[in-house]
Amino acid sequence: MKRVLETTEVAGQSPNWLLTRLDDLVNWARANSLWPMPFGTACCAIEFMATAASRFDFARFGMERQAFSPRQADVLICAGRLPFKLAPVIRRVYDQMPQPKWVISMGACASTGGIFDNYAMVQGIDTIVPVDVYVPGCPPRPEGLLYGVLLLHKKIKGETVLDPELRREQPLDDKGLRLPPERIDEISEPFGNSVHQFRSA
Amino acid sequence: MNPSVDALRATFGNAIGRAVVARDGETIVTVGRDALGEVMRWLRDSAGHCYDYLVDVTAVEYRDAERPIELVYFVRSLERRVDLRVKVDLPKEQELAVDSVVGLWAGADWLEREVYDMFGVTFRGHPDLRRILMWETYAEGYPLRKDFPLRGRFSRAEQVRQALGANPEAHYSMEELAIAEAFDELPEDMKERLRRGERGKLPFSE
Repeated sequence: MKRVLETTEVAGQSPNWLLTRLDDLVNWARANSLWPMPFGTACCAIEFMATAASRFDFARFGMERQAFSPRQADVLICAGRLPFKLAPVIRRVYDQMPQPKWVISMGACASTGGIFDNYAMVQGIDTIVPVDVYVPGCPPRPEGLLYGVLLLHKKIKGETVLDPELRREQPLDDKGLRLPPERIDEISEPFGNSVHQFRSA
Repeated sequence: MNPSVDALRATFGNAIGRAVVARDGETIVTVGRDALGEVMRWLRDSAGHCYDYLVDVTAVEYRDAERPIELVYFVRSLERRVDLRVKVDLPKEQELAVDSVVGLWAGADWLEREVYDMFGVTFRGHPDLRRILMWETYAEGYPLRKDFPLRGRFSRAEQVRQALGANPEAHYSMEELAIAEAFDELPEDMKERLRRGERGKLPFSE
């Protein structure tokens, strides 16, 4: 069968009635019991707490229990900017999470580095860990994060249990990087207003 | 003008440079780098001055490349409610080093580490002079210096590689944890790690 990652077009024929039923069941269970691992580093974490609290209450979507241990978590939510000093920490947290696992990058800084286009800040956590959903905003309102969670539900419901590729651990390569160096440089290129920042000296 | 300045001049003579009153009414006095240790001890200990609280230690580098780096000490007398700023000029062509004041104010420990981390000024006699904000194996230089590029010296990929190679558990020393007396009760593996002085691997060290 074709792997989801390689699929570029939808085949006209359904794979198998029984398997799709099984997938539906598993994905329904997974999508509706996502335990988040909060990795809050900045003001996005305040919005994350608001999302978790009673007014917005993401327990409605099965995220009742926040797992402050990566061993019991399903989705890593990086809320806030990530300095290089924390890069090995979030990588270790991600590595410690058991499969199946997903990552939400919450806010402009976690997704791109945001206004912090400087020597100390990771320019998007996708240079460190694979990211499933990016939530824009500075910081995103709780509705924004909830929308990101629902998008993740949608993504999970499109997965299949029969594809081992989806659940494969992706350790760092022999250079100690997740992506090829050119790719990281490309992702980290300044854009928007920070193009006009001058470099001193 | 803070009366301590005249008293300083009477005591130390030429070691005391110009003194000005800043816009907020505080007095700034410039001190020769070699006299710094004695001047600070005198300011803390002499009766009638008694600056018993070190508020902050920081440094300034100006855009004008000719101007020296200025080290700034903010001291305060809690008893008399008087502030004084002491500046030391460090010309860039000389070694950037002064005597540490940790012996006078224990609170200077992390403040001096921060100045060392950001400006590369070394403090002679500091008990534990390591980087404090950047990780210890940080190899790009001193971020707040004017010749430091805003986005760092290395490519982003290299920065990510070095950051991921750092050991997140290696930021503590025996001094910092203050567990020297509890050493015998620690688990064996932690004892072994502290004995080795584990601090992570320096980039390019192999």
